[in-house]
Amino acid sequence: MSSRADRIETRAVMGGREKIVNLTVRYVALLVALIFALFPVVWIVSAAFNPSGNLASQSLIPAGVDSLEKLFSNFRGVLQEDLNIHPYWNWLGNSLIVASVSAVLSVLVGMLAAYAFSRFRFRGRQNLLVLVLLIQVFPNMLAMVALFLILQQVGKLGEYIPQALPFLSGINWGAFQLFGLDSLGGLILVYLGGAMGINTWLMKGFFDSVPREIDESAQVDGASHWQTFWSLIFPLVRPILAVVAILSFVGTFNEFVLARVMLRNKDNWTLMVGLYNYVNDNFARDWGKFAAGALVGATPIVILYLLLQDQIVGGLTQGAVKG
Amino acid sequence: MSASSTSARSSSGLLALLSGQVLKLVGLAILDAFGLLLVYAFWYGEQTALALVIAVITIGINLVIFVPNLYPIRWMSPGLALMILLVIYPIIFTVYTAFTNYSDGHLYSKQRAIAIHENKFFTAQDAPRYSWTAYVSEVDPTKYALWLTRTTDAGLEVFFAQPDEPFETITADSADAPETYEGFRRLERREIVSSLATLQTLEFGIEPDVVMVTSARDASLSQQRYVWNAELNGLEDRQTGLFYAADDTVGSFIANKGTGEQQTLDPGYQVNVGMENFRRFIESPALRGPLVSVFTWTILFAALSVLTTFSVGLMMALVLNDPLIRGRKIIRSLLIIPYAIPGVISILVWKGMMNPNLGVFARSFGVNVPWFSDPTWTKIGILIVNLWLGYPYMMLVTSGALQAIPSDIYEAASVDGANNWQRFWKITLPLLLVAVGPLLIASFTYNFNNFVIIEAFNKGGPPISGTLTPAGHTDILISYTYRLAFGTGRGADYGLASAITIVIFAIVATVTLLQFRFTGQWEEVSKNV
Repeated sequence: MSSRADRIETRAVMGGREKIVNLTVRYVALLVALIFALFPVVWIVSAAFNPSGNLASQSLIPAGVDSLEKLFSNFRGVLQEDLNIHPYWNWLGNSLIVASVSAVLSVLVGMLAAYAFSRFRFRGRQNLLVLVLLIQVFPNMLAMVALFLILQQVGKLGEYIPQALPFLSGINWGAFQLFGLDSLGGLILVYLGGAMGINTWLMKGFFDSVPREIDESAQVDGASHWQTFWSLIFPLVRPILAVVAILSFVGTFNEFVLARVMLRNKDNWTLMVGLYNYVNDNFARDWGKFAAGALVGATPIVILYLLLQDQIVGGLTQGAVKG
Repeated sequence: MSASSTSARSSSGLLALLSGQVLKLVGLAILDAFGLLLVYAFWYGEQTALALVIAVITIGINLVIFVPNLYPIRWMSPGLALMILLVIYPIIFTVYTAFTNYSDGHLYSKQRAIAIHENKFFTAQDAPRYSWTAYVSEVDPTKYALWLTRTTDAGLEVFFAQPDEPFETITADSADAPETYEGFRRLERREIVSSLATLQTLEFGIEPDVVMVTSARDASLSQQRYVWNAELNGLEDRQTGLFYAADDTVGSFIANKGTGEQQTLDPGYQVNVGMENFRRFIESPALRGPLVSVFTWTILFAALSVLTTFSVGLMMALVLNDPLIRGRKIIRSLLIIPYAIPGVISILVWKGMMNPNLGVFARSFGVNVPWFSDPTWTKIGILIVNLWLGYPYMMLVTSGALQAIPSDIYEAASVDGANNWQRFWKITLPLLLVAVGPLLIASFTYNFNNFVIIEAFNKGGPPISGTLTPAGHTDILISYTYRLAFGTGRGADYGLASAITIVIFAIVATVTLLQFRFTGQWEEVSKNV
């Protein structure tokens, strides 16, 4: 009995020294991790302020900065002077439009489906739920061919309709081009194809946690499903809707592959497509300007992430993977 | 509650119900009209598949509105409609394509391909030549006409020729072209320069008297080169006299088949080739060579990515888990910055830093690591960048799971004399794996198809030499498929790429379903929660 008490006491004494060693190890590990995590970030910030704008001559502390004008020369280049060749503000605007419209619409669409999955019991419900998840893992590289052809044909509707139905040729059907190839509308349409997917699962999980008694009592009072949803459930599930909207905004803002295939004209590119083309062909020369453009474009997203990290983590751990 | 107020409420409710019904029907009518319009327009544009998809969606919406049992589906109809058009239809398209020879040179239906060939013209050596002056319609600037003159033994001949209309013979004394003629205006010299390319594609007149612009001065009487012979199922070449028989098993027009002078006419057409793409994929050594390498690297890349990001992420989470660490919140925020930066930007930044001559690593350490030219180093580079991109996610999910492990388990263990090491391997890791296991599998499947990092880092390169298909040492299946489908240089082969896509899907779907089985998500679905 006493030997055991001794042992515990020894541990406690040892604990003081151990604790210091332990803490030191932890701090060293954190330092290494911080260097690994932040070096590229610091490097890109430094590149953005490096007046030579050249990959080869970049140093950690920008050299040759003797005026504010020089410090911001890359920013002036990408945000002001080069706009004829690289319409940066168009790219940023396009990205914001596409990401916000896709986020709002996909939340609306997904929310209705999630409510139905959560509250109704119908034949084929389980199969539908599994289907929704399974088709998301279909590698959509080849689907790009089909999506490309769909958008192409949607764009051509403006020609088909007046030819097929001459009595309708008085109407201007050219508006279909707003959803065709090389249009923001078309790209949004393509992104909405994924509205019914992992997000539906995420929202359904949250909807399930809202007690069904709430619906039932409302329906006893004669409320329709729509009234129940809109006035009772919707206010309760707003947090998850916000999380899904943010996740889908960020995901769409960062999306690159589909945007590159669907958008042709430089003015219609999104920021990711624009930045990729900006630097990929001439790394050495346009390095500084790319860095400046990337910094301006990425900072809002990073801030959004850091401010909402708890909510985003909550959303992620419930089953979504970035992308 | 008094009787009058009840009746007032019910009558206003009835009114609302009625107007609601009317609104619903009007809305549906507009939707149906629009759907019908799209179906007809796509059908008119020979897009039968798309017309069918729109028809299915429109009928589906009507069913959902009118069949009371389908009420729950009504809530999902926007999502389902989008899913059918933009996810399911492309999947069906891919599956169908896998059984065809759809590729560069076989893009069109047989009918379209024949029409393309029938639209080709040639000028015989002894064909009559004309001098031309171009005109443009004063109403429609896309409508051109030619003023043609030629001196023969019989004297001066002058014609006015428009596309798809017979020549108009003009009796004139001189070859001079007037400034305007019957609603047409003579083109200025500078206008001719800009529209010459267009003029050269046009055929003026109707068969057999068709004139084409051959140079800036001359136009010649041309003939249709290929004529379709339905009886013999082939194209006759009037210029060379060859007969190109349509071979419906491979979708090509072939002359002198099986002899040394075999010739194929491009473009061919799209046909169903059955299992041919799968057979090629399995049997051809030139295809299989890179495929084995690509497949191995895909598995290795996905597995190592999960392993490295999970280990580092877990380590960070464990280190940060000590409440004695100061500024935990700030450090955590700083550590997740890599995750918040858009992936494409991060990869490009790393690419710049790793530049073998100019990058910061090469310049500060003086070591020229061949990050982009040596297969092994490129793979290591990709794994490093992917670690940087992915560890914050693992850190976030594991730190959440760590906090969920009840502390009394640790207390019991230390009372029993377990050291830190044992506590980690015997308690923390097993409990953690149960919690984040599904996320690890999801991360595996995500990396299995992580096209962006492969493409943005080095476009799958360095290339594997001596292969039939374009493939690189760091290509994973999905990027290899991309190169096959949108291949540069060697032509796109959508058929083969689709076949490989189906194989990839089979693998990923199996992993996903197994994940379902093992993690109880399946039960969760089946239980009707």
